[in-house]
Amino acid sequence: MISAYWKNIKSTFTTSFLGLKTTFRHFREAAVSRKTLSIQDSKYFKQDKGLMTLQYPQESFPVPDNGRYKLHNEIDDCIVCDKCAKICPVDCIDIEPIKATGTFGYTLDGTPKRIHAAKFDIDMGKCCFCGLCTTVCPTECLTMTKSFDFSEYDVDDHNYSFATMTPLEILQKKQELEEFNHEKQQSQTSPKTDITKPKVKVVRPVPKVKKSDSSEEKPSKPKFKPRPMMKRKKKDD
Amino acid sequence: MTTVIFFLPFLLLFVVFGVYAERKISAFIQDRYGPMEVGYYGLLQTVADLLKLIQKEDIVPDKADRKLFLIAPIVIFIVIFTSFSLLPLSPDWQGSSVQTGVFFLMAIISLDVIGIIMAGWASNNKFSLLGAIRSAAQIIAYEVPLTLSILCVLVITQTLDLQTISYQQGIWSTVITDEPNYLFGLAVTNINITEVGGILTWNVVRMPLLFLVWVIYFISSLAECNRAPFDLPEAESELVAGFQTEYSGFRWSIVALSEYAMMLLVSLLGVILFFGSWNTPLPNLGNIELATWTSGTLGSPSAYLWGIFWLVSKTFVMIFLQMWARWTFPRVRIDQLMSLGWKYLTPIALIFLLFCSIWRLLML
Repeated sequence: MISAYWKNIKSTFTTSFLGLKTTFRHFREAAVSRKTLSIQDSKYFKQDKGLMTLQYPQESFPVPDNGRYKLHNEIDDCIVCDKCAKICPVDCIDIEPIKATGTFGYTLDGTPKRIHAAKFDIDMGKCCFCGLCTTVCPTECLTMTKSFDFSEYDVDDHNYSFATMTPLEILQKKQELEEFNHEKQQSQTSPKTDITKPKVKVVRPVPKVKKSDSSEEKPSKPKFKPRPMMKRKKKDD
Repeated sequence: MTTVIFFLPFLLLFVVFGVYAERKISAFIQDRYGPMEVGYYGLLQTVADLLKLIQKEDIVPDKADRKLFLIAPIVIFIVIFTSFSLLPLSPDWQGSSVQTGVFFLMAIISLDVIGIIMAGWASNNKFSLLGAIRSAAQIIAYEVPLTLSILCVLVITQTLDLQTISYQQGIWSTVITDEPNYLFGLAVTNINITEVGGILTWNVVRMPLLFLVWVIYFISSLAECNRAPFDLPEAESELVAGFQTEYSGFRWSIVALSEYAMMLLVSLLGVILFFGSWNTPLPNLGNIELATWTSGTLGSPSAYLWGIFWLVSKTFVMIFLQMWARWTFPRVRIDQLMSLGWKYLTPIALIFLLFCSIWRLLML
């Protein structure tokens, strides 16, 4: 009983000093603060002393150049194939295509551009950063950039539009397409092999695109077929 | 009584920067930066907080005992601020020169608990009441070892006057007494250190066991200030804010002010009783008269300045110790608190009182 009393006093002193020593060590080390090294730096994990806080807006860790955060679309290289919108698991890419009457340009890798993008919106508020859209992109115009700080006051500001067409241009292109389709319908109803021959050469790519485009819209969502799995389980119970 | 000219602005300034220091120390101990945004390195953070507090509405709960609720913070502050009137600042500048200074001070500090209980009871809130009851139990329990540890010092100094106690601990002890100061207070050693002064004539060196007595004093003063690890009356994690739960705005800031004033008071008292009051820590070593150089000449402004400088800087070291302890130790349980107070500190303080009495006999 008495020995326990003295043991208590002794342990109180030893443990208190240990605690005070530990906290004082941290207090002394507060003279140093962690440097903002990149995680690729070999010293990154060796900084275990000093102030750990990152004073974020004033300083930030360097992000690797291949960081995969905010999406960016280089609209000049985009062929508006809609693959990204289709693969997106959260449907954050919204594209409104307008078929051109012919090839109106080429991307940097030489792919002909045949569809105008009246709208190419990416809602970063919905994005889940899976990166599937960038892998399916045939011209590699859709990429993830290392910019990560794009917080906004209004949630609508998370919607980034990459299309560069003005409303007037969109209207013009739509009219052109309508006229073109109209002409084509007329030519189909009264086929004149003589006249269409030179035309076909120019127009040939268009029906191809048309086919792909029409196929784009068809497979909207696979029909939901309820599986009997849950029911089976219930039967087991 | 002119010390109020010094203490009132000093107290306000101390609270502003004490809160800042507390936040910074806690931050550094936890590897953080602490306040950084307001002013350079966050220096004006507390000023901004104070401005915010003053603007806030002074809410009195409907079911509270209105009169008691409103005066409780003022009672707490008055009680603590009265104790400041007794403290000496420098050889020539003393508060109220009460012959029974220490006794009066202890009596006044004890009244603090009345303010706390008033606040807790009048709030009509379970958290407040629990906090107040805890506070009463705690302060009664810790008043005993605190008083006993102070009594140990008084046995050595043979006076209750704080200014006399201060004079005894330095090169100017000749002003009040003809008795020479010997090393460790013992005439047997035959080493007269009256002229040497410095740290050698401080009470902790005159009677080395007083250091352990100071440990008891320090622990019980933490409990007296309701500071962590003995902050049960306002235990944030269990009682919201204890007896201050219902207070807001200006009245709450008075409570917070009193809390820091209490910290300052017990630190000042600890320095006066144990660590040489306003005396310099540097001794005279032969021709190198460090003590004389760092004390000024008695009666001139230099003595005032050096006195205040040494007293305040020693007090700040004590306050750092309090903050350091706060951010090191977790809060004790109520039964641990009681067992520490009654079963450990009180009997040990009694034993030290015996030792000090014997030492005093040897000093004659």
